[in-house]
Amino acid sequence: MNEFSNAFRTALQLLVEMDPGLSEIVLLSLRVSLSAVCLAAVFALPLGALVALTQFPGKRGVVILMNAMMSLPPVVVGLVIYLLLSHTGPLGVTGLLFTPTAMIIAQCVLVFPIIAALTRQTVFDLHEEYDEYLRSVGAGTSQKIATLLWDGRTRLLTAILAGFGRAIAEVGAVIIVGGNILHSTRVMTTTIALETSKGDLGMALGLGIILVLIAVAVNTAVVTIGGGASRRTV
Amino acid sequence: MKTNKPQKKLFVGLGLLAVVAALAAYAFLSSPKEKSITLASTTSTENSGLLGYLLPIFKGESGIGVRVVAVGTGQAMRMAMKGDADVILVHHRPSEEEFVNEGYGVERIAVMHNDFVIVGPASDPAGIEGITDVAAALGRIRSSRAIFVSRGDDSGTHKRELSLWAALGDQPGEDANWYRESGSGQGATLNVASEMDAYCLSDRASWVTFGNKRNLELLVEGDPLLLNPYSVILINPQKYPHIKAAEGQQFIDWLVSERGQKLIAAYQVEGQQLFFPDALEVARD
Amino acid sequence: MQTQHHMLPLVVNRARYVVGGKAIIEDVSFTIHDAGLTVLLGPNGAGKSTLLKLCHGLLLPSSGSIRWGEADVAEVQQQQAMVFQRPVLLRRSAAENVDHVLKVRGASSAQRARVIEESLEWAGLTEIADIPARKLSGGEQQSLTIARAWALNPEVLLLDEPTANLDPGATRRVEDLIRSFAGAGKKVIMATHNIAQAQRLADEVLFLNHGRLLEHAPADRFMSGPSDPLAARFIAGELVE
Repeated sequence: MNEFSNAFRTALQLLVEMDPGLSEIVLLSLRVSLSAVCLAAVFALPLGALVALTQFPGKRGVVILMNAMMSLPPVVVGLVIYLLLSHTGPLGVTGLLFTPTAMIIAQCVLVFPIIAALTRQTVFDLHEEYDEYLRSVGAGTSQKIATLLWDGRTRLLTAILAGFGRAIAEVGAVIIVGGNILHSTRVMTTTIALETSKGDLGMALGLGIILVLIAVAVNTAVVTIGGGASRRTV
Repeated sequence: MKTNKPQKKLFVGLGLLAVVAALAAYAFLSSPKEKSITLASTTSTENSGLLGYLLPIFKGESGIGVRVVAVGTGQAMRMAMKGDADVILVHHRPSEEEFVNEGYGVERIAVMHNDFVIVGPASDPAGIEGITDVAAALGRIRSSRAIFVSRGDDSGTHKRELSLWAALGDQPGEDANWYRESGSGQGATLNVASEMDAYCLSDRASWVTFGNKRNLELLVEGDPLLLNPYSVILINPQKYPHIKAAEGQQFIDWLVSERGQKLIAAYQVEGQQLFFPDALEVARD
Repeated sequence: MQTQHHMLPLVVNRARYVVGGKAIIEDVSFTIHDAGLTVLLGPNGAGKSTLLKLCHGLLLPSSGSIRWGEADVAEVQQQQAMVFQRPVLLRRSAAENVDHVLKVRGASSAQRARVIEESLEWAGLTEIADIPARKLSGGEQQSLTIARAWALNPEVLLLDEPTANLDPGATRRVEDLIRSFAGAGKKVIMATHNIAQAQRLADEVLFLNHGRLLEHAPADRFMSGPSDPLAARFIAGELVE
């Protein structure tokens, strides 16, 4: 229990003092995870919609794979991307290892299946509802996709937030491809891991509290903006 | 009737997207364009705070940023063997010599040393407090089957620990359930020992700066076998042309210069000097 | 009222629709010459919905043919509009729902604004234009789908039991709109199991049961005395299986 009160005090102290080291870490965490989510969404939303709306051989296997990849272990993703970006690896020439870009790539890979699979499910359900109507008015495939994506916006927003939650909370991928380098690739989760390993449990827990607060803040902001149009979002 | 409402939402959505795109671009472009090298080092040099103390000074004087990836000695070397680091700072002589002999490193250069210590519960069930013969201490731990937490991660500390057991006769066997391997860095391993009230081998610097000691105390020190020398090695640019050899060498030269060595000696935590410079003595020979 | 209509006559020739070995529509043939309101009448499960969807091109017949004027169903689909039993509305405001179909058809934003205003006014829905469509009452929702169909300016309006789930007040409102459609010279084909509704609205009746067309007659002749015995029992109010 002492650790916890210690932690709350530390968290409060960090927030009040606006420690520049802390803000650097928080900003980097947000940059990396938000970028990863947006990048993933740009591709995962239309892909999920397309898989929902089209028939092709092996579709069932693809859907199973999409759903299964939501459980990709972050360390495994980190390891694979590390091997790709290593200087002896196929993409070594890019020099991206141990940079924030590598971290964005790794988190994008982690988050992509979540958004794609949930989009597919959402669009599929809406398709059942709207198919006859859309065919009746003669909507083309891209029009159908746009209609279904916009109409499912609440559920899709939840999917995107789920992706963000995964990204901001993971440590396995970013620590391997980023290297937890001070002032460069150190984010909230890797800092918590480091402080824990130094035995600084109060500091680690304090940072953890701040991480949760940030996640709550982002979720609130998004739901408020997204829920502006329709009064009820839950 | 307002049909510009969807347009308003569209603008808000686009605005958000633009902000995020800007952040992403910033993140992408902020990859260091300034001069920098990648140093693979050990968790002990990182956690002790030595690097956090030295490197900003080096950057101020040379303009070169040193990006530290802190992993165990074994992992640091394997990283370097793949060309993912420019310089390594490690502490296991046999591995270092092999590394240079196989052509991955240019030369191993002594930088500093500290020592290892055995820490354990204040209750000391194996009765090793004050013993200066590390072999005898480990022998007592084994015969009393007191819990011992090993790094188990192929780090310099781990390799040293294994060689100490080997000198006793043999490694703790498969059935030795008093011997626990954490597979982690020094801090994490100390955490495990702290929670389990167990014995553990640690470098002194990590021990002094460790924040969760609880019932653990320093029990054994001083045996010459516990000496822990660190060397710095530049990765061979002939093996990997992309290595930043010039800046890497500049860093090494600074470390072993009088300036660097004095700074290392001056680094203290809780009134204790944690690292002892070695380069100037070698130069003097 | 009879107007020249390039989509008429509607000629259905030996249409069959089979699903899972079962014939939902079995050997149905008829011709509709005139504009005005045609009612597909019959008990639930008779195949009325299916026949409507075949005429609209949402389903393809297993065999047989359906032609509007000289054209294939697919060619004229966009000149028709369909209203479903449960109103299909997007999660947006009423006005935006009308806007959506116009956008799909490629209308310019100025055109869309004008047509939305006219359609909602025609249907008496101007006040609720900005309300989320799903929050409207059942009657308002169905009126909206008809307004949406009106906005498309189709030649033909098909309705599948549009008032089956509505209370009498809402039903009256929707029937007024349907009459308005027919009165504007559009061809209206409506499926219903409600005899009274058929009596109120129909110019012409097709009576279906178990996927077969049992009788095809002008409304007044059918209502005063259908030739088919099953049809007679149906309009007498009996449960016809």
